[in-house]
Amino acid sequence: MATVETRRLTKRFDSGNAVDGIDLSVREGEFLVLVGPSGCGKTTLLRMLAGLETPSSGDVLIGGRVVTWLPPRKRDIAMVFQSYALYPHLTVFGNIAFPMRAAGVARADVATRVQKAASMFGIERLLQRKPRQLSGGERQRVALARAVVRDPVVFLLDEPLSNLDAKLRTSARDELQQFQRRLGTTTVYVTHDQVEAMGLGDRIAVLDHGRIHQLGTPRDVYHDPADTFVATFIGSPPMNLLQNGRMLSGVRPEQLLPRAAFDRDDAIVPFPFTVNRIEYLGADRLVYGTLDAPRADTKVIARLPSMITLPIETGRRYDFAVRERDLKHFDRESGRKLERAA
Amino acid sequence: MTHRPLIIVRSLKRTGHMLLLAAFAAFLAFPFYWMAITTFKSTRDLIDTTHNPFLFGAPPTLDNLRVLFFQTDFGRWIANTAEVGVLVTLITLLLAVPAGYALARLSGRWGHRLGIAIFLTYLIPPTILFIPFSRIVAGLGLQDSLWSLVLVYPSFTVPFCTWLMMGFFKSIPRDIEEAAMIDGLSRFRAFVKVVVPVSSAGMLTVVIFTLTLVMQEFVYALTFITTSAHYTVSVGVPTFLVRGDVYFWGSLMGACLIVSIPVALVYNLFVDRFVAGFTVGAVK
Amino acid sequence: MSASGERLASALATHAPAPARRRIHPFDDESWLGRILLAPAVVYIVALVGFPFFLAISYSVSDATVGSTTLHFVGFRNYAQIFQDPTFWRSLRNAVVFTGVSQVLVVVLGKILAMAIYADFPGKWIVRFLILLPWVAPISLGSIGWLWIFDPVYSVINWSARALHLFRGGFWPIWLGQPDLAMASIILVDVWRLLPLATVIILAGMSSIPQDIHDAAAVDGAGFWRHLFRINLPLIMPIMLVALLFGIVFTFTDLIVVYVLTRGGPFDSTQVIASYAYFTGVQGGDLATGAAISLFLFPVLVAVAIVFLTIAKRTEVT
Repeated sequence: MATVETRRLTKRFDSGNAVDGIDLSVREGEFLVLVGPSGCGKTTLLRMLAGLETPSSGDVLIGGRVVTWLPPRKRDIAMVFQSYALYPHLTVFGNIAFPMRAAGVARADVATRVQKAASMFGIERLLQRKPRQLSGGERQRVALARAVVRDPVVFLLDEPLSNLDAKLRTSARDELQQFQRRLGTTTVYVTHDQVEAMGLGDRIAVLDHGRIHQLGTPRDVYHDPADTFVATFIGSPPMNLLQNGRMLSGVRPEQLLPRAAFDRDDAIVPFPFTVNRIEYLGADRLVYGTLDAPRADTKVIARLPSMITLPIETGRRYDFAVRERDLKHFDRESGRKLERAA
Repeated sequence: MTHRPLIIVRSLKRTGHMLLLAAFAAFLAFPFYWMAITTFKSTRDLIDTTHNPFLFGAPPTLDNLRVLFFQTDFGRWIANTAEVGVLVTLITLLLAVPAGYALARLSGRWGHRLGIAIFLTYLIPPTILFIPFSRIVAGLGLQDSLWSLVLVYPSFTVPFCTWLMMGFFKSIPRDIEEAAMIDGLSRFRAFVKVVVPVSSAGMLTVVIFTLTLVMQEFVYALTFITTSAHYTVSVGVPTFLVRGDVYFWGSLMGACLIVSIPVALVYNLFVDRFVAGFTVGAVK
Repeated sequence: MSASGERLASALATHAPAPARRRIHPFDDESWLGRILLAPAVVYIVALVGFPFFLAISYSVSDATVGSTTLHFVGFRNYAQIFQDPTFWRSLRNAVVFTGVSQVLVVVLGKILAMAIYADFPGKWIVRFLILLPWVAPISLGSIGWLWIFDPVYSVINWSARALHLFRGGFWPIWLGQPDLAMASIILVDVWRLLPLATVIILAGMSSIPQDIHDAAAVDGAGFWRHLFRINLPLIMPIMLVALLFGIVFTFTDLIVVYVLTRGGPFDSTQVIASYAYFTGVQGGDLATGAAISLFLFPVLVAVAIVFLTIAKRTEVT
């Protein structure tokens, strides 16, 4: 395993900078997730790490070595594509064996290593099948086995779970994380799904328009967002943003609760609102409403856990509030977070 | 309203539909049917105007075919055509497959334009180029040689086949090549070891198409070749089997049939792909 | 620059790694590889299509003959000559008429046939095979088949029509011997040859219309004719245009059908540009005039190419 680093990495297209001077540092053995909306540059960044795109400027380093101009095959990396990119004309065995055959590994060794990789993912019985005979989940495992068999220093994964149906996705996520922990290989993972990012990453890099807005642990990114973009991208439903004089104040839906839910000693800020709509989701209720004056017309969402049984009806006004220390403040123009005044 | 009228209308429609199809099929296939009957009719049966041409007035015979194979150079012509076909196919594959790949993958915007330019050269017909070619061929000393055809035929097979392969390569997902590059191959080796095997269907299309084009070509063969032993089938049959005013119709029709049917059978399997090439991407 | 960036920059200053070689291995360099792979085909096409084409132009303004060893520039003398030649104008007219009439018929009949064969039915494979026969068989051989069908003495058409009492008395058309009939016969064979290609192309166009659109039209109450003229035809118009363009190119530049059926006769009444160029240039030995005649094929090709480019431009979005 190795570190991965980018220095002022930029990729220019006619329409603008897809990746805009990114400095990224991935630690050894870390599972780093690149997350952001489509078009934010995360896939372009990953492809430059792989050597599938040449940067307009800047450098890529793997294991401390500058690899910016090296072709993919010289970087000692492995990649799993969104579509898995299995070779349709080869059997599963052939697919997994391919990188070793390309490197000229001896025949006997090839067979043993393929067996080992296949058993790691439980696909030994599929070795003689062709990709078109496999289900989506099985193909994904073959792609992973092919990546693992070369014992690379870095894994690059480009949305490998997005082609699976929802149920499969959660179990696949679980397996993926376990297997990465076991191997301990440095991994860079791209996804647009912020739930996936939060669930998988040791650290998350939130990207938009070619720049990293924040790089931190899931906890940091959720509880201490660096700007309004991160604050509203991470977390579903998104954070409520309210005008507050010359600032924007943010409060997460689960922090906006009926006044009665708070202890008497908590310093709270009142946010009374009129309810427009309620969604009953089982474990939670999502309450959509409009605030009273002075912030009339601001729409907010509150998330009430099922523990709170207070009856809520549409059209009525309720006294909700937020703990003062839960409020986040952002600069209105730049969107950046404002450090709390002491 | 009862249902009966609807059923009658439906079966009338169906019958009308079938009749229409039958009429078209009859019009298009009739000459071949006619070739088949004529091939097996004895000459005296053919010549006798009192006989019903649809029936065998005299017993069917293989004489015409015997004449065709043993008293003409027909066998020779088929061999010539096959020789030229194989060589031209090899040349076309060697030129068109890499070119198609380069246009599909490696050239960006001007690649698309260049691809169209190449396709358009297919529209320059032999009937413009055959006159200068007659001089060029004579100048190279290839007059009356099959090598003149081997040299010239790729000029119309390569443009169209490059276009075909370009479309075909474009339909192969890029990430298979990228996976191969990550797995340890250079771009070129990835092309040879992954892209080429996966596109075997496309290349087979090129082979079939080139062979049928070679078999159909007439203008250049007529212009460059002069002696019977060097004819290809397409030219030999019309020019040689007509001696003066006497047409050996039985043998003539036999020759046409023997060449047309196998080509038709094979071509039929690949029609959809050719059409894809013809429609210039206007149909996805 | 961010704080981490500043730290990195200072780290770089003191511990700069050796700069990597910017050269990319040839087999990886995409632009180099692209050019190398493309070069043979392009060189070949330029040499064997481009070069002869310009040679044709230069012949047309020279005094080249089959036997001559030198070329002299003669200006537009050859062109003036052919403009005075009534057979040339006849050829031009014939080429236009044959192409125009036959291709209109091809597109209309092709659409009808495509509609008839669109649905699945038992035996469809056989019907498709039969329908494709004229296109896949070598053109010269198919034309010979028609030569026999049109034979002045043994024509099966005449025999059948006589047997059905459609032809009476002395009415016995000589299909290839009378100028008007000969022209009609050639048009017939042109239609026969290209109908399969047009049909298959139009079929491809029809299958690219999503079924949803037909369903929506049915729900909206469109009957057969309305559906045909307001939905079906407009949507496949581009594809019919492609079929038409190919048909125009193949027919206008065609030599084979005319050569086999009539050799341009009777008395040059069915000559077309291509055949006249052949008889003048190759058989007659006058390369210069032949070249000049054949170049009149080019304007139509340019027009067709422009239309193709317009269509292709619209699909360039991918």
